[in-house]
Amino acid sequence: MEQYEPDRLTSARMAALRRSVRGGRAPLSRRSLLRASAGGALTVGGLGALSACGIPAAGQTQGGTSAEDHSAKEKTVNFSNWPVYIDVDESGKKHPTLDEFTRQTGIAVKYNEDINDNNEFFGKVKPQLASGQDTGRDLMVLTDWLAARMIRLGWVEKLDPANLPHAFTNLSQQFRGPDWDPGRAYSYPYQGVSNVIAYNKKALDGIEVKSISDMLDNPKLKGRVAFLSEMRDTMGMMLIDMGKDPAKFTDDDYDAAIARLQKAVDKGQIRRFTGNDYTSDLAKGDVAVCLAWGGDIVQLQSDSADVDYIMPEAGFTVANDNLMVPRGARHKANAERLIDFYYQPKQAAQLVAYTAFISPVDGAREELAKIDKPAAENPLLFPTKDMVARSHSFRALSDKEEAAYEAKFAKLTGA
Amino acid sequence: MAAVTQAPAPPAPAAPRQKPPRKRGRLTPYWLLLPGILWLVVFFALPMIYQASTSVQTGSLEEGYKVTWHFVTYWDALSEYWPQFVRSVLYAASATILCLLLGYPLAYLLAFRAGRWRNLLLVLVIAPFFTSFLIRTLAWKTILADGGPLVGALNALHVLDVTSWLGWTSGDRVLATPLAVVCGLTYNFLPFMILPLYTSLERIDPRLHEAAGDLYAKPVTTFRKVTFPLSMPGVVSGTLLTFIPAAGDYVNADLLGSTDTRMVGNVIQTQFLRILDYPTAAALSFILMAAILAMVTVYIRRSGTEDLV
Repeated sequence: MEQYEPDRLTSARMAALRRSVRGGRAPLSRRSLLRASAGGALTVGGLGALSACGIPAAGQTQGGTSAEDHSAKEKTVNFSNWPVYIDVDESGKKHPTLDEFTRQTGIAVKYNEDINDNNEFFGKVKPQLASGQDTGRDLMVLTDWLAARMIRLGWVEKLDPANLPHAFTNLSQQFRGPDWDPGRAYSYPYQGVSNVIAYNKKALDGIEVKSISDMLDNPKLKGRVAFLSEMRDTMGMMLIDMGKDPAKFTDDDYDAAIARLQKAVDKGQIRRFTGNDYTSDLAKGDVAVCLAWGGDIVQLQSDSADVDYIMPEAGFTVANDNLMVPRGARHKANAERLIDFYYQPKQAAQLVAYTAFISPVDGAREELAKIDKPAAENPLLFPTKDMVARSHSFRALSDKEEAAYEAKFAKLTGA
Repeated sequence: MAAVTQAPAPPAPAAPRQKPPRKRGRLTPYWLLLPGILWLVVFFALPMIYQASTSVQTGSLEEGYKVTWHFVTYWDALSEYWPQFVRSVLYAASATILCLLLGYPLAYLLAFRAGRWRNLLLVLVIAPFFTSFLIRTLAWKTILADGGPLVGALNALHVLDVTSWLGWTSGDRVLATPLAVVCGLTYNFLPFMILPLYTSLERIDPRLHEAAGDLYAKPVTTFRKVTFPLSMPGVVSGTLLTFIPAAGDYVNADLLGSTDTRMVGNVIQTQFLRILDYPTAAALSFILMAAILAMVTVYIRRSGTEDLV
């Protein structure tokens, strides 16, 4: 809206003025000007309306920076999370950890499962955040790369360390310094996900798969291999398989990985690039082997005995989902208290006991062992030292890199 | 009119005319139109202007987007993604034809032969709408599963050898192939074909059939010369209601297809949500809209029917 210039004359109006100035055959009368203006409004004015739109630059829109915090007066916090990403009691309606939080602090949690996909969620909140408005959310859970973008755009609130004593102490060493948020000024990990190779024993029928290369090259698996439609998950695993580190790779490395994957697409090796819907394909056996998210596999295994997973020898990527406070949130301090609450090992253990994802909280494992011994031993929940050594994270991308990489990956996946 | 006024004036009506009716009525149609017009302005015109503006902007999320009248975006989008456009039209057209072939006999049955079962059958036609679009589409993954009975039977009958040769399927599976996407589209839009067909068939006077019989027309001739021409409005609106949404659909291609079955809808979704190239996404939407509008215009002109339903 910044480029709106109310005084700019449409070309029809200009012509009318010019004619009158020349003093020739068509002196400017009120009527002719009006007529020209009306005509102009229909033609050029329509275009003028178009140029009045536009999306202002991200950095320039901090109209109301750091909204006033109403935490003290309004004992509530609006928490947006992904579906099936929190503990649930037997009735299926209550979340014991949230209830415990309310009991301890007196802050009521309005819990919404309204994040289904990072890209979609970004599309949903972008207009509000871009124009500096409150999204109505105080706490949201975003995957590393989107968290990085939000910080880059200045759309999240800086967290106050004074409200986060447990979080500061108990955050695992490996998660302390991501390149996109050094020192965790804006975000704290909620839970982590490893990318693994999952397979259906029955469908695989003795075919050996130990690495991404096996998935790409074994002709017996033609049309029965799936990769993830999340660019970083698929390409991160590709890069690792090709001996590169997703934390520091070059454009050439990326292009080489794309070319290698393209070859597999071209020969029909890859059936689909999937979102969360790979789980049903895998359980049915339509997909024999695929890239998968660790937590899903723990849940799938309890339903289907045929599903199993491996973590490739070459290594694998790990991504975190991060708790963040969107800019303009009304209850920032309450949100920070909720973040800190989940950094009490007992609460963190309670959470992962249900969701089966990786806890970023030191001491959660010991607490979990008290309530669920096998889960505490499961490497998908608590990666072993050796696994941590093999885990990689995808490096932060700039605006331009992100667009270029996503475009290349989109081309590969068909659109 | 002229002839009437020149004719000798009829005797004036006995009662002298009352005073002219008040002008109150003149604005009434506009007041009645107002909600509709407002609705169109807010939910159609404004978004259209916004999208049109987006399509000629350049920039990035960090630097902001400015209108630079960058019309090249349209050309770039078209030259880059024409295969997906062609594919969308082909898939939507195939699904529309399949819907017509499946829907016509069903609508005919509903209109003329269903008797007291008619209402129940009509409810059954609409019944799938009681579940979500996504769930209905996902159900096809079970129906067409690789190891499922349907695909097993098709393999045993060597049908899939033929369709693979035609390029509709690949190997011994149906899922993740063009055929699966067209099946999904056909299924999801079938009710949109049946309902208009049914309304226009149901309106046909059965006595016309009797008359055709009396004039020694065989049933086939009756259908060709009487029933089908009279049902044309239903055929036209049914095909439009099927083709237009099918051409823009992206769910079926996403869930039932593979990399080589992506349609324009998928491209727009990817551009808008993943690559964040809003201008290209907007331009693609406009190209799709223009293409559909052009095709539909030609189609309606050629179909030779005045009424739609």
